[in-house]
Amino acid sequence: MRGQLRASLALLVLMTVLTGILYPLAIWGIGQSFFPYQAEGSLIVANGKVIGSDLIGQNFAGDTYFHSRPSAAGNGYDATQSGGSNLATGSDDLIKQVKERIQAIRATGFTGGIPVDAVTGSGSGLDPDISVANARLQAQHVAQSRHMDVGVINNLIAENTRERDWHVFGETRINVLQLNRALDNLANH
Amino acid sequence: MSKKNKQSLTLADPALLKEAIANSFVKLNPTELIRNPVMFTVGVVSVLSTYLTVWGNGAGEHFAVNLQITIWLWFTVLFGNFAEAVAEGRGKAQADSLRKTKTETMAKKVTSLEDVNFELVPATELRRGDLVMVQPGDVIPGDGDVVKGIATVDESSITGESAPVIRESGGDRSAVTGGTRIVSDGAVVQIGVNPGESFLDRMIGLVEGAKRQKTPNEIALNVLLVGLTLIFLIVCTTLQGFAAYSGKMVPVIYLVALLITLIPTTIGGLLSAIGIAGMDRLVTFNVIAKSGRAVEAAGDIDVLLLDKTGTITFGNRMASEFIPAPGIEESYLAEAAMLSSLADETPEGKSIVRLAEDRFGFKAAERRKDGMTFIPFTASTRMSGVDYDAISIRKGAPDSILYLCGTSGSTQVIKAIETVAKTGGTPLLVARDKQVLGVVHLKDIVKPGIHERFMQLRRMGIRTVMITGDNPMTAAAIAAESGVDDFLAEATPEKKLELIRRYQAEGRLVSMCGDGSNDAPALAQSDVGVAMNTGTMAAREAGNMIDLDSDPTKLIEIVMIGKQLLMSRGALTTFSIANDVAKYFAIIPALFTGIFPSMQRLNLMHLGSPESAILSAIIFNALILIALVPLALAGVKYRPGSASSVLQRNLLVYGVGGVVTPFVCIKLIDMLVSSFMGV
Amino acid sequence: MSEFDIYQLLLFVFILAVVMIPLGYYMARIFQGERVWLSPLVRPAERAFYALSGIKADGQMNWRGYLLAAVVFNLVGMLFLMLILMFQDLLPLNPQHFAGTPWHLAFNVAVSFMTNTNWQSYAGESTLSPLSQMVGLTVQNFMSSATGLAVAVAVIRSFTQRENPNLGNFYVDVTRVTLYVKLPLAIIFAVFLLWQGVPQTFNTSVTATTLEGAQQTIAVGPVASQIAIKMLGSNGGGYFNANGAHPFENPTGLSDFVQLVSILLLPISFVVTFGFMIRDKRQAWALLVSMTLMFVIGFVICYVAEANGSHVLDALGVDQHISNANIGGNLEGKEVRFGIMNSTLWATATSATSNGSVNSMFDSYTALGGLVPLFNLLLGEVIYGGVGCGLYGIIIYALITVFIAGLMVGRTPEYLGKKIEAKEVKWAIVAQLLYPVTVLGGGMLALILPDSVSSLSASGPHGLTQMLYAYASAAANNGSAFGGLSANTLYQNVALGIVMLVGRFGVIVPILAIAGSLASKKIIPVSNGTFPTHGGMFVVLLTAVILMFGGLTYFPVIALGPIAEHLSQLSQSVM
Repeated sequence: MRGQLRASLALLVLMTVLTGILYPLAIWGIGQSFFPYQAEGSLIVANGKVIGSDLIGQNFAGDTYFHSRPSAAGNGYDATQSGGSNLATGSDDLIKQVKERIQAIRATGFTGGIPVDAVTGSGSGLDPDISVANARLQAQHVAQSRHMDVGVINNLIAENTRERDWHVFGETRINVLQLNRALDNLANH
Repeated sequence: MSKKNKQSLTLADPALLKEAIANSFVKLNPTELIRNPVMFTVGVVSVLSTYLTVWGNGAGEHFAVNLQITIWLWFTVLFGNFAEAVAEGRGKAQADSLRKTKTETMAKKVTSLEDVNFELVPATELRRGDLVMVQPGDVIPGDGDVVKGIATVDESSITGESAPVIRESGGDRSAVTGGTRIVSDGAVVQIGVNPGESFLDRMIGLVEGAKRQKTPNEIALNVLLVGLTLIFLIVCTTLQGFAAYSGKMVPVIYLVALLITLIPTTIGGLLSAIGIAGMDRLVTFNVIAKSGRAVEAAGDIDVLLLDKTGTITFGNRMASEFIPAPGIEESYLAEAAMLSSLADETPEGKSIVRLAEDRFGFKAAERRKDGMTFIPFTASTRMSGVDYDAISIRKGAPDSILYLCGTSGSTQVIKAIETVAKTGGTPLLVARDKQVLGVVHLKDIVKPGIHERFMQLRRMGIRTVMITGDNPMTAAAIAAESGVDDFLAEATPEKKLELIRRYQAEGRLVSMCGDGSNDAPALAQSDVGVAMNTGTMAAREAGNMIDLDSDPTKLIEIVMIGKQLLMSRGALTTFSIANDVAKYFAIIPALFTGIFPSMQRLNLMHLGSPESAILSAIIFNALILIALVPLALAGVKYRPGSASSVLQRNLLVYGVGGVVTPFVCIKLIDMLVSSFMGV
Repeated sequence: MSEFDIYQLLLFVFILAVVMIPLGYYMARIFQGERVWLSPLVRPAERAFYALSGIKADGQMNWRGYLLAAVVFNLVGMLFLMLILMFQDLLPLNPQHFAGTPWHLAFNVAVSFMTNTNWQSYAGESTLSPLSQMVGLTVQNFMSSATGLAVAVAVIRSFTQRENPNLGNFYVDVTRVTLYVKLPLAIIFAVFLLWQGVPQTFNTSVTATTLEGAQQTIAVGPVASQIAIKMLGSNGGGYFNANGAHPFENPTGLSDFVQLVSILLLPISFVVTFGFMIRDKRQAWALLVSMTLMFVIGFVICYVAEANGSHVLDALGVDQHISNANIGGNLEGKEVRFGIMNSTLWATATSATSNGSVNSMFDSYTALGGLVPLFNLLLGEVIYGGVGCGLYGIIIYALITVFIAGLMVGRTPEYLGKKIEAKEVKWAIVAQLLYPVTVLGGGMLALILPDSVSSLSASGPHGLTQMLYAYASAAANNGSAFGGLSANTLYQNVALGIVMLVGRFGVIVPILAIAGSLASKKIIPVSNGTFPTHGGMFVVLLTAVILMFGGLTYFPVIALGPIAEHLSQLSQSVM
């Protein structure tokens, strides 16, 4: 028993050093050397200021921007409190929220079928992406608000559409932050 | 292949049934019921349900349904008891017939072998080592060995065989069984067992059931059943909590019904009946097992060691062919051989006569004349024959005859002798007036059908090994002809023991039969050792089964009985568990429709009402138990074959059947119940 | 299902099928102490480990010794972790100045990571310092999965031992697994994750100014190193609350695919290892086919349920139809970049393997879609299962299968040449019994005690499912959750902690006892009369026994949870 205790303790200390300290440090070293951008969180820097992460969704409330999906992280896109709504499909709360979101969309004058990602929250609450259908849904309203031609907006959507990784993995999607930056860039030119 | 001397009792025997029904109630005694944990659970739950029905909270409500559920719960217990009681009743009947041979006798106890003055003592007071004198007309007072003298014994009381057998001291035929009767001569018998320990006593214990020790496999299965019972106990008790959370408690009596239908009452109720019936079947085959463990082990046997003589071949060699020397007519040789054998009473001699008659139409009886002088076989001359009309005919071992004739034999004759020997036969030379006429081929005759049996055993995964004292060449020939997998030639007891150990080291289970004292170590070493009843006391002590008929081919039946025993348990367990699916679909919707009306969609059988659904499930559960009693007693049908084919069949019947049957039956019962309730 | 989904699935199956054999063989060599290509590199380190910790590498242990070593080693690790968590405020590398956790949370987390459950009743990014995550959690991620593998290896050895009770050396097994298998794989995988965008930094947060001028604080940290091992070790405890749904844990479709592979990689390969070690690969295939059968059934149900979407949303005019432009399906709680197929495949895989990570939130699944992960847990994590524990879990089922069916061929049942007798059945039943006791007993108590029920976010059948899932997840050492349950309460932390301990050691003790008994037995050679434990018949039987056991034990409570939820929604939509 005493031998077991001694061996266990010694092994635990050694393993802690190896897997708890050396291993993360090694990965950190590799990250800093080869993938510094990713290792720090894929941060987007504009004019010396961090404006967000390519991977983390942001809240867009104004009419001139494309809106991200509804978010249950904190008060919406709080990147220190990730999480989903955890509401059941049949729950009254969810139905109420979805109804409100539908109303808001209908208020912009959209009459077609509403793509499901526009009215449902993501699992992380930080989903950076929306579907192509969701972007098209918003195109008219953003164009009106920016007094731009909807065709230009649609071109922008097409340009910013990210294919499946290697044309196979995951889904076709649009990064909202990058789309909105492109909008701003277009406006600045 | 084996005779069944003792009549199997039928289930329908009214006296037996009557007693079994009475015993079903006696067995409600909790101290007895607790031996069977599953049925004990049913018993406890029945008491609870009775209390709830009569005195419980709101007892008046749904009184009729509750009462019916309670009644059927009690029936379930009684049916389980009944199954056991019937099996025990049949076992008792067997035991009684065994016990009849154990009538109270007085023994003539002597103090030494030379002692002629005996003291009369009751047989039950004889201890191991006591000497008793037996004389014609006496019943042998206990199991033992003849240590002095020779006697003819009538063993029909235990074997059913009417011809008396000879028992003498010193040889391999010295053992006598208590309860058999001396016909002629007399002997001194040394008693081999203490009172209550004789084989019969043990066997009676096994089939009577009450004192029955559970076999290892039965214990393991019992553990599984207890485990399942506990799991369902947890399921049902926690269900009340989940129901409470969901809005409404479920009537306790319904939960009780759910519990009883889920726990494996079918196999639980039939388990001991299956065990007793297995022992019973063995007794019907005139085999006495010393323990249930041995019967179970028989099902696991991978290697059967079979004595050549008597098991694979007929006990004696027979003439199969006449091979004349050059220039001699075959009929001439046959005639000479026949004449030389006219007075030969050995089976070999008789077979020569028969062959000659068959082949050439001689009439042996007419040829026998007064002037003939028959020369008997002696160990020193190693030949026999006949002298008549100055003609001298001799037959015998080749070297002896050649020596007699003063020749070394023509090449053809020598070749014929070699050929016969090579194919496993025994060559006999026949000479007339010192002229060699030819060779008689004496052959071991393999029993008809034995080849097929070995094929069957091979399919079952059992390896057969022939044990013989013959030389390897002879052994190989017979092995090839009979189809055994392997053989041990020039076998000695040591070689036999070593062979068994070798197989066991490979992890195989070995079974053998034997009779001689020198077989005792091998019998003891083997996993299932079947001693012949004719064998010595030592052999009978060493083995764990005794074949009263002394028929070595029975090993095969013993294996099958062992397998059938295990199979019946497995099949009924599977059936029992498979039944639960339908029971759930009957009871769960019934329980929860009150909380969630949409739960009716799970009512796949469209049972009339929640009450009738629960009642139908519990009625089915009770009735299926009683319906399967005959199957439990008769054992699941065993068709020899590979494990896969056996399994496939049993799974289809008891697995798939077990899922489907209750759906149909519960629906039918529900239609009946609903129509009654409707009225 | 789109053509792309089908390509992904095919690739998924293909990659696993190709990798499992060499990896399984590699692991078999490791456990048999043979040389592998990494030996020149790792062997010196291994020797140094033994020398420094005073472990005699050739010292054999019987089952009691092995068990004792496993228990002592795990308890020491657990206490160590508890101390780190409770006193993280006093320890370095805590830039956000998180307070030490309350004792019950520390107990829960320590038990959770030590038992390979990785149930997380806290939100990682707002509770634990990077030091706690690294030195505490990551270490246990390695150790707990190594323990599972070691025990499983001991069990495998028991089948090859002839009348010899020795099962190997626990410390050696743990060391070898870590040095030769886990660490090299984790390093490769972590680098891949870095490339895909998983951060590895000692900063804890970055503040960004959004396009609309708002401030967004983004939590970062040494994520990649932890995620790599949490996936490979079937741990599942993420760095962030949202686990694999968080874009920093799982940034892209490709990272998602590779992580999916990593969930199943070691559990599947280890079954192959089993085949190599017992020198009968057919036995391993039989188990794999049975597992795969159940996996596929589960996945199809889950996918179809989720792809059909929510009835309620349909009625509101939401477009849930899946197309290239529209992600579609029941998307609440799911990420756009993963869609329905990758979410449901993950849900099936993570619940089948005791991984417990999630890339979508089960709480928002449809009733039937959520039933699949729940049922996988209730079966006791045997569909591939956790690293190591899946194999010994299914071996317990195999023993029961063989015992029932084996009797039907008329022989004392045997598995892999070892007779299954009362002792084995007894221990197998103990393992089978403890599980429903903890799941049903714990779940029921949690649903009727007022202190506990208040943790639920939902009521009615869905609330029941949430609670049942939590206790099943804890007992199965899975760690995934129906997130609606606020589990960081005194009651839940302690109750779930106990359930996790029982779920872990309630299987390890019986299976090692069985192994001890089996090792001391002879090996019976196979004959025609042996019940064959490979081939279609056994696969069907084993699968049937597993589903029957699970179904019979949990049908009533499932009826009150997901089934009631589903049926009442059906009735509503009909009306």
